[in-house]
Amino acid sequence: MSVLHTDELKRDEQIPRHVHDADRKGRVYVDRYNTTQRINHWITAALFTLLTLSGLSLFHPSLFFLSNLFGGGQDTRAYHPWFGVFLIVSFAMLFVRFVKLNVPNRDDVRWMRKLGNIVQNKHAGLPELGKYNAGQKMVFWGQSALISVMFVSGIVIWDQYFGKYTSIDIKRYALAAHSMAALIAILIIIVHIYAGIWIKGTTRAMIRGSVTGGWAYRHHRKWLRKVALGREEARAGEPGANDPHSPMPGPVSHGPAE
Amino acid sequence: MADYQSLDIIRRSASTEQPPRVRGGQEVAKLIDVSRCIGCKACQAACMEWNDLRQPVQTCQGNYTNPEDLSPSVWTLMRFTEYENPDGNLEWLIRKDGCMHCSDPGCLKACPSPGAIVQYENGIVDFISENCIGCTYCVKGCPFNIPRINPVDRKVYKCTLCVDRVAVGQAPACAKACPTACIMFGTKADMIVQAESRIADLNSRGFDKAGLYNPPGVGGTHVMYVLHHADNPRLYANLPQNPRISPIVALWKGGFKVVGLAGLALAAVGSFFHYVAAGPDETDSNDETVAFDMAHFEDDRNASEGRGNDVRPSH
Ligand code: HEM
Ligand code: SF4
Ligand code: SF4
Repeated sequence: MSVLHTDELKRDEQIPRHVHDADRKGRVYVDRYNTTQRINHWITAALFTLLTLSGLSLFHPSLFFLSNLFGGGQDTRAYHPWFGVFLIVSFAMLFVRFVKLNVPNRDDVRWMRKLGNIVQNKHAGLPELGKYNAGQKMVFWGQSALISVMFVSGIVIWDQYFGKYTSIDIKRYALAAHSMAALIAILIIIVHIYAGIWIKGTTRAMIRGSVTGGWAYRHHRKWLRKVALGREEARAGEPGANDPHSPMPGPVSHGPAE
Repeated sequence: MADYQSLDIIRRSASTEQPPRVRGGQEVAKLIDVSRCIGCKACQAACMEWNDLRQPVQTCQGNYTNPEDLSPSVWTLMRFTEYENPDGNLEWLIRKDGCMHCSDPGCLKACPSPGAIVQYENGIVDFISENCIGCTYCVKGCPFNIPRINPVDRKVYKCTLCVDRVAVGQAPACAKACPTACIMFGTKADMIVQAESRIADLNSRGFDKAGLYNPPGVGGTHVMYVLHHADNPRLYANLPQNPRISPIVALWKGGFKVVGLAGLALAAVGSFFHYVAAGPDETDSNDETVAFDMAHFEDDRNASEGRGNDVRPSH
């Protein structure tokens, strides 16, 4: 696929981030996602929503009415797997972009131990984190695994095109696996969406592409240090670069950061 | 095929409403005595005639089974098996294959479309084609491998037990056509009595394993066989020994769905109450100040101690 060679599929850690002064005084914004990343995320989210609505309509009689959203049962049955095909492409692009920053590390273990405090909004004693915390990484890996399972099992039960390739018994396993994986994936997404509502300032990252400096400082301090440091490095060569009395600078680019 | 008011529906796929129960009608059954079958396929021809179905001509597969399999337009099929018995003699076993009209139909259990599969009070299991969405879940639900999807209209088809004939007091077309009365039709209770006399007859002729095939794993069926080798139904073109709805299907369609949906609802409601209880996680102005300083001064440790206070524009 040609898109794989374009800039859009740059891995996240290769993309330079900037710190900007905000319109509100004494604040900065930190770039977190670029435009193509955001579009990729929202296409994935839209497809996942369509898949959830169309899938759940077949999942339980009480939700069959959802099939009306797609023009009835037959159409729902026909469209759902196609949404799935687009999802797997869209998600694969997200995966390539973000996989490196989602590799678990020691900080994640320490962070997880404090989960009880975190859900009470108490951050004392938390390790400083890079771009993602353990919860975000679990969403990433959980969705990666479950979407893979749903893709493979979904192909097996896609009777119209792939019905003749597997035995009925294998299809039974695939259906059970597909609907269980879907359930867990939807559960994860509910938590994912709620996290965006609960942690104020998060949705801005995926809508505008930036977060406030304070948000970055509170939740991903290691990442903020890296971005801010990169900025300092970029400024180092300029006259008066380190002069605290210099006027508020505009966007300053710097070398690779997360 | 429409729903007949003369035949109350007692079960309907993907529906939770209480079905009518006022009449409590009689269960019917078709009894197929394989020991009397001569393999003439009159039943196949009658089925095609009555239901107006035509399977395109195929090539011979080296045996008498023809067409080669059930299909959207082959609702019943004589399956021929050449069996060499322990005495070294050849037995030609012929079984009329088709929907068994299970009391506990796996097809109906699996179907996600409300009213695409119904069971009438007389026990007949019927596909209501206009409600079928073509997902083929029923194919996975059926323990007898019966429903067949038609690629043209993406709807499934199978034997209806001639519900349209039965509803007006007629026997199914196949039973009517059978020249040896190998296919019998009547109330299920009567057919069981019939079967007993046939089995006694077979026993007296040396078939001491003769018996009735009315498998309890699916709650019994409304198409039953008298088999001379009832101890080994597999001999008859792989008729399942103990058919039942696959445990995987039972798991998939079972309590897990309700528990799963409850889990989703709980997650949503739980999230809401978490918000009510713990409140949002907000970034305070100190965080913003420190971050501002980090961004403007190279040494953020100094910054966080407030070195930048005098240069930070005031609000
Ligand atoms: C990744 C590619 C996917 C493919 C190829 C796929 C394919 C399928 C197919 C073929 C069916 C059977 C119904 C039909 O024929 O339309 C199905 C059912 C279903 N799918 Fe998917 N799907 C995919 C992803 C998803 C996702 C992401 C979700 C939701 C999170 C989902 C949820 C469901 C559910 C709930 C059912 C109904 C299962 C049941 O009846 O128990 N699917 N899928
Ligand atoms: S034999 Fe199969 S198709 Fe017929 S009623 Fe039983 S489960 Fe349904
Ligand atoms: S193919 Fe039709 S009858 Fe079979 S399960 Fe799907 S909707 Fe029901």
